[in-house]
Amino acid sequence: MPWRIEVALKDGVRDPRGERIKHEILEHLGIELTSVRTLDVYTIDATLSDDELQTAANGPLCDPIVQLVAIDNPLASDFDVLIEVGYRPGVTDNAGRTAREAIQYITGRPFAPAEAVYTSVQYLLKGAVDVATAERIVSGFLANGLIQRWTIVPAAEFDRSKGLPVTIPKVDVGSHQVTVQEIDLQVSDAELVEISKAGMLALTLEEMKIIQSYAADPAVQKDRQQVGLGAKLTDCELEALAQTWSEHCKHKIFSAAIDYEDTVTGEKQQINSLFKSYIVRATTDIRKNAGKDDICLSVFKDNAGVIRFTDDMSLVFKVETHNSPSALDPYGGALTGIVGVNRDSFGTGQGAHLLFNTDVFCFASPFYDKPLPPRLLHPRRIFDGVVEGVEHGGNKSGIPTVNGSIVFDDRFAGKPLVYCGTGAIMPSMIHGKPSHEKCAQIGDRIIMVGGRIGKDGIHGATFSSEELHEGSPVTAVQIGDPITQKRMFDFLIIARDRGLYRSITDNGAGGLSSSVGEMSQDTGGFEMHLDRTPLKYPGLQPWEILISEAQERMTLAVPPEKVDAFLTLSKEMDVESTDLGCFTDSGHYHCLYNGKTVTWLPMAFLHDGVPQLKIPARWVPPKTAEPQPSALIDFDAALKQLLGSLNICSKESVVRRYDHEVQAGTVVKPLTGVVNDGPSDAAVVRPMADRNEGVVVAHGICPRYSDIDTYHMTANAIDEALRNYVAVGGNIEHVAGLDNFCWCDPVKSDKTPDGDYKAAQLVRSNQALYDYCLAFGVPLISGKDSMKNDYQIGNTKISIPPTLLFSVIGKIDDVRTATTMDAKRAGDKVYLLGSTADELGASEYYTLLRGCLGANVPQVDAKSAMTRYRAVNTAQKQGLIASCHDLSDGGLAVALAETAFAGGFGIDADLRRVDASAGISDEKRLFSESASRLLVTVRPEHQAAFESLFAGQSCACIGSVTAAPKLRITGQSGAPLIETDIADLKAAWQAPLKEL
Amino acid sequence: MSRNVKAIVITGNGTNCEREVATACRLAGADCDVVHIAELLAGRVRLDGYHFLNLAGGFLDGDDLGSAKAGANRLRHAAVHGSSETLADQLQQFIAAGKLVMGVCNGFQLMVKLGLLPALGGDYLTQSATLTHNDSGRFEDRWCELVADSDSPCVYTRGLDRLYLPVRHGEGKFVADAATLAAIESGHLAALRYTDAEGRPTMDYPQNPNGAMNAIAGVCDASGRLFGLMPHPEAYVQRTHHPRWTREPQLPEEGMGLWLYRNAINFLREAVL
Repeated sequence: MPWRIEVALKDGVRDPRGERIKHEILEHLGIELTSVRTLDVYTIDATLSDDELQTAANGPLCDPIVQLVAIDNPLASDFDVLIEVGYRPGVTDNAGRTAREAIQYITGRPFAPAEAVYTSVQYLLKGAVDVATAERIVSGFLANGLIQRWTIVPAAEFDRSKGLPVTIPKVDVGSHQVTVQEIDLQVSDAELVEISKAGMLALTLEEMKIIQSYAADPAVQKDRQQVGLGAKLTDCELEALAQTWSEHCKHKIFSAAIDYEDTVTGEKQQINSLFKSYIVRATTDIRKNAGKDDICLSVFKDNAGVIRFTDDMSLVFKVETHNSPSALDPYGGALTGIVGVNRDSFGTGQGAHLLFNTDVFCFASPFYDKPLPPRLLHPRRIFDGVVEGVEHGGNKSGIPTVNGSIVFDDRFAGKPLVYCGTGAIMPSMIHGKPSHEKCAQIGDRIIMVGGRIGKDGIHGATFSSEELHEGSPVTAVQIGDPITQKRMFDFLIIARDRGLYRSITDNGAGGLSSSVGEMSQDTGGFEMHLDRTPLKYPGLQPWEILISEAQERMTLAVPPEKVDAFLTLSKEMDVESTDLGCFTDSGHYHCLYNGKTVTWLPMAFLHDGVPQLKIPARWVPPKTAEPQPSALIDFDAALKQLLGSLNICSKESVVRRYDHEVQAGTVVKPLTGVVNDGPSDAAVVRPMADRNEGVVVAHGICPRYSDIDTYHMTANAIDEALRNYVAVGGNIEHVAGLDNFCWCDPVKSDKTPDGDYKAAQLVRSNQALYDYCLAFGVPLISGKDSMKNDYQIGNTKISIPPTLLFSVIGKIDDVRTATTMDAKRAGDKVYLLGSTADELGASEYYTLLRGCLGANVPQVDAKSAMTRYRAVNTAQKQGLIASCHDLSDGGLAVALAETAFAGGFGIDADLRRVDASAGISDEKRLFSESASRLLVTVRPEHQAAFESLFAGQSCACIGSVTAAPKLRITGQSGAPLIETDIADLKAAWQAPLKEL
Repeated sequence: MSRNVKAIVITGNGTNCEREVATACRLAGADCDVVHIAELLAGRVRLDGYHFLNLAGGFLDGDDLGSAKAGANRLRHAAVHGSSETLADQLQQFIAAGKLVMGVCNGFQLMVKLGLLPALGGDYLTQSATLTHNDSGRFEDRWCELVADSDSPCVYTRGLDRLYLPVRHGEGKFVADAATLAAIESGHLAALRYTDAEGRPTMDYPQNPNGAMNAIAGVCDASGRLFGLMPHPEAYVQRTHHPRWTREPQLPEEGMGLWLYRNAINFLREAVL
């Protein structure tokens, strides 16, 4: 007999959760309610005595100071409509899990396998609201039907004595037998396509035919007989192939053979793998050039890249995307994104301590007011959900979120981009061996650690390898559990230090199939017993166990003699670990269920059998034109409008929701200045309190430039990351990069008739990546590509602009020499480093104020930029720089305004003194987005020393910092162009997202 | 002084500030061990081997049932391996021995929900106040001006006046009924309050970041030896922790948060060692 325990706030106690929801309902849906109050409901499906039940209800489940609790007795009153929202069966219910553990402590006995606690929330709405409006509120804001279920009860129909009936969202395993199906592949092409489609396998006909002929091979069939398998492949085998060969895991587009034609130069080129030709080659060449100064330790092969930090410590960095899940369930998708990338960095080398998170989001405007095509969530819901998901994921993991940005473009309504990054640190040697190396050995046990397996996340790898369509599976959506993961990491770091394992990797996309499949390449095979895995609930099919992406799990290779010690420690630390089999040299991907073989695939076929994709690419530059010079401009108004644009405005309301200083290492925080609200360019983290070396992390992203040329988009993203990095003091000689591509489908087909153009954009981006990484000497150490960021339902197709996030990680020798962007003192001189050209193509100014794209996209001169960045580093070390801020969106005008109001001072600047190409108008001097420029303030007594460091470079003293709190900019005619109080500029900059 | 002060920081189940709390204890002159709660529950480590117990910030059990609720339940009910003794029992002995306990953020929430604070009338077992959701309904990270009550028995804030420390929480609003609040005030147990720029206690957001009653940021028991606070003293022990260290050259090398740890250790050296 399950019980419903309801917990309500006492009369007179404020309900901030309810108040916020009332506000959000108004913001999201325009529905004004009188009040919203909330109740928590625990449905307990377990055998408990009355005493135990009372102890639980009045103990962990209720706060006696502010709450009331009732068992099987409704507390709802004084409402017009009641809505109760709970989870669907099988969805991770973290509060339910915690309540179960709490009750177990009280009773001293574990729950039986089928026993559980389920949580739900009751919303008591008051105001002019009927059932239909309530339905709109719940489906449009309160809940997500993919993972949640709800009940709506108007006051008149509410039974005040019984309340709502008990609902148990137990996974219904039904009458499905656990079986292994065999699939006949000796069928027509049409049927092969249907098998792939119906099974969510995302395999092409060509790939299906390769698998078909493999299965038909008599030698293969003979081999299979030995292990008791027939000629037909099992469902487990087909799923294993689909997972391993998925775009997500195999990066088929980056490995493709590309026929590239540049119609401008007439040049034609055969490219055999973008990844090898540009990305790997860049790093190889840079490492060769660097010689003994090479900072790379492990590139591309592990879950994350590893570089040298100090002689005794190494740095780990990985950035992931979680776009498709975030489109369907923004909260769960983003939360899973952050805890997922944390596992990547933790599971690098022998295991690393997690140091910081970064997050970069690309959204459509949260104020989007046009009709949305089916299945798309409103950008405001995406914004709120993603921000909250990353907040819970990052904060609860105890990792500071130190750097990020939000980019807005309405094309991201089709697919939001959610980039999550994790930096980590480890001793360079562990037990006398380099910590960044690992290798499973034959006979090592396969141990799965952490969470249990359910149907969650099945087909995540294949789902994200397709565009968002009507059949996109809901099981791909899941919710992360940062606490279960934190417990696991607490345990694993001790296990690492005790030398209890030999290799470690995370279970992400593709689940066990991917993690064990990849680790077993060390030994050349494995034997895994799927029936030994711990399950969240019974009834999973073997293939589901194999590819489930259930969260919070790592896979380890544990030497047999250490298994006992490993499992004992695990048990003591309340972490579940299970021995699933061992690594072998059988040459086969070998899974069993109840002793019977269910997969027997040669490792070589699995890992190398996928055919190379062939992609045409043809570059025809888009037709672009510069606008006519504009007539009279109100520069004051233009600057305020730019400062208030979504791309430039303050993100403080988001930044404050992330703990950016836990671990007490954040030396340059995301917000800085006289009242801690100016926008920092990058973050500096001191990982060891007793030492002065710091880690610097920054990024660049500028998808708008892709509308003109992805080559320059890429060059600018790299430069933006580096100039942000240098602005705070990052050593330009000790920095590495990560490339995260988010593209729209670039493979020409009926669905994508302009595929050859999109592929050409991809080629050009890679060419720039090679050219500029080499020119800056920045090796690429890790990256990821997400290539199907399109929405296609019916005739509506939305493709995102090609977007490269370039993240950098490096070192500052002494954090005490770091510089921030805020003006520090009246009388300081203001310098603009770098020249300004007529480069407003795809600028924020053209887009927002001129309503056009323009043609002159900024071009990066890496050689002069590098000279400048080196000189800036020297000036920082000598203490000559008071503030340093990068110029990006909105150009000089925006940088001057931000420097001034962050510091609480005014600035007088003169556009005649700007180093600009001849004949450039005031408008362009103010708003050009020419690359590699920095705005620096310098104390008068340091002027001479500062200027001598920049002798022969573009370095112009354009004004000074003033005590009067006004930004004054003089035009080329000598007349004032802008004269505005910094308070007004700041207000314009803070307004747009303040209330979000 | 013949012996060193021995501090312990308990970790596990979502605690995440254990490293910097240990750093603060060491900088203030104590020996400090970071001990996973599994070690205590296994009986290999006991609280009575220490003088200064630190309950650090984090999200115990995700704060899923309300901040630190599940954590408090664990301390009350989970038995040390091979005995019927709970960690709450060890804690009561620790307190009775005249030793020091400081809870920061989630640690403060844990102490309040266990009944360790404000512990009016010496009752360390009954919860009499709470820390609940910020009025803003949101987690926030921001630095706050604070003032110490010079008449408080709190050993940690002795001799201190104004402080500047970060808060990083979603459930930091101190709430108690009128009688409890009156007893807290008359006993000067509200050792730390949120203030405006002039140092006056304030109810205005964001200076008072959560809407705490009487602007209460930190509370001690009548002995002054048990103390909890929402702001993070361990997050400001070095000059470069200060959000404006790049623009305020007069800031000392040592951060204000360290003062609380020094006071604790000085007290132990005089009273307990």
